[in-house]
Amino acid sequence: MTSLVLLDHEAGLIKQPARSAVAAATKIGGDVHVLVAGENIGDAAAAAAKLPGVTKVLTADAPAYAHALAEPLADLLVSLAPAYSHILSASTATGKNVLPRVAAFLDVQPLSDIADVIDADTFVRPIYAGNALATVKTADAKKVITVRAASFDPVAADGGAAPIEAAATADAPSTSRFLGAELSKSERPELTAARVVISGGRGMQNGENFHLLDPIADKLGAAVGASRAAVDAGFVPNDYQVGQTGKIVAPDLYVAVGISGAIQHLAGMKDSKVIVAINKDADAPIFQVADYGLVADLFGALPELKAELEKA
Amino acid sequence: MKILVPVKRVVDYNVKVRVKSDQSGVELAGVKMAMNPFDEIAVEEAVRLKEKGVVTEIIAVSVGITAAQETIRTALAMGADRGILVETDVAVEPLAVAKILKAIADREQPGLIILGKQAIDDDMNATGQMLAAFLGWPQGTFASKVVIEDGTATVTREVDGGLETLALTLPAIITADLRLNEPRYASLPNIMKARKKPIDIVKPADLGVDAAPRLTILKVVEPAKRQAGKKVGSVAELVDKLRNEAKVI
Repeated sequence: MTSLVLLDHEAGLIKQPARSAVAAATKIGGDVHVLVAGENIGDAAAAAAKLPGVTKVLTADAPAYAHALAEPLADLLVSLAPAYSHILSASTATGKNVLPRVAAFLDVQPLSDIADVIDADTFVRPIYAGNALATVKTADAKKVITVRAASFDPVAADGGAAPIEAAATADAPSTSRFLGAELSKSERPELTAARVVISGGRGMQNGENFHLLDPIADKLGAAVGASRAAVDAGFVPNDYQVGQTGKIVAPDLYVAVGISGAIQHLAGMKDSKVIVAINKDADAPIFQVADYGLVADLFGALPELKAELEKA
Repeated sequence: MKILVPVKRVVDYNVKVRVKSDQSGVELAGVKMAMNPFDEIAVEEAVRLKEKGVVTEIIAVSVGITAAQETIRTALAMGADRGILVETDVAVEPLAVAKILKAIADREQPGLIILGKQAIDDDMNATGQMLAAFLGWPQGTFASKVVIEDGTATVTREVDGGLETLALTLPAIITADLRLNEPRYASLPNIMKARKKPIDIVKPADLGVDAAPRLTILKVVEPAKRQAGKKVGSVAELVDKLRNEAKVI
């Protein structure tokens, strides 16, 4: 039994959700191989080789993989599939895009967004926005799995020394082309990797007011997130969204500011260790999941919070 | 160009689902059902493409029980031209649905298929990608903007770091994300008109598809409930609790 984990990487580093996917593969048991695909990926492959528990790193270094397009990446994974019992990735934009395509080519029903491993065939996955947890057993010989990163502690970034081996690569596909990207730039930690997350909702009223969260985020080393309502209203870009269809986070501390707490938002953050809610509506559903609730107008509370944090 | 829009009947997104006491699944009896919200966005996008003259015919397809006809009627009332129900009592999984849709696409020869990115019941997020594989078409998942021009779909996608844009050679698969558009409400005259639009009914076996599930649900349970905590009286008290009680800052 051997698993292959497709790793998300950036700037020569293995992203934290990918390290959680390696943790899930380790829990399944057997050997764990990883795949680093992209262009000029030497540093990322070296970083992958250091992940504890990984026994082999496969690399696919070619322009066709530079932007993680689904078509060439799926073909690559399918070409490697005969050697593996389990093919995994984190439930990242890339994993969610590519793995189901791989599963179809292999005639396998994928297991999306697993939250636990029971045994090599049996997994727990959230359904209905996390309002139910299904334990499912698959009859497929090969398993294609995406992993809810927030549910698995990532393996360390260091400690292993796996050999690196090049996989056969292919040319770029003729039917899809990468035109460009508009990626948010931030000095702060990523939402899915941050120890503290502070999110704003509709109550922030506009994008300008989101900057009230900045000094607090800086002080706490937090990532800044948002509810769907705030993203839909155009206050912040889509990549801030925490929720059923946005990012799933489980930080040590989650601070929800001006967020009412729709089911779809709770689905993205209710596994956080400590939840704080600041909302002027004492009846907001967010208070039902908050460990500490402050009923207050956020425009008064945020400057006060900033001042209070600076006191220490 | 014909366009195919698959639509799924799911529990209405406002319903707080309850897990059955025998742990066999979620209680569906007497629960309000509706079109999967992401599929509504897909239908809306198809209707807008027709209004722009890019698309000539919109075919709404659903796979499910007889009552899924209501979901197709909703799509017809929004502006789809005709419907196909692939009727089955089996709880079909994305793999089987994608195979069924592949068979329908082979018959209908659409130039574009737009699906919702995920169904809000099983949260699988898989059918579009799998259908793309079966058809050998390129895929633009999690789309927030679509432009069709000169045989190419230019798709802006919501990805983890922001947005990215791809060019796909048609025919192609697109899956709709939340911000692609805001679906319209069907007007009463359009709801009346939709009653007269045709719906074909076929069975998976007619399409040569084995819809048997691969997954066995061993149990469905409620997640551990969070206890509502305490209200604090001031920001100072909040910071004190976070520092000295929860010890998270």
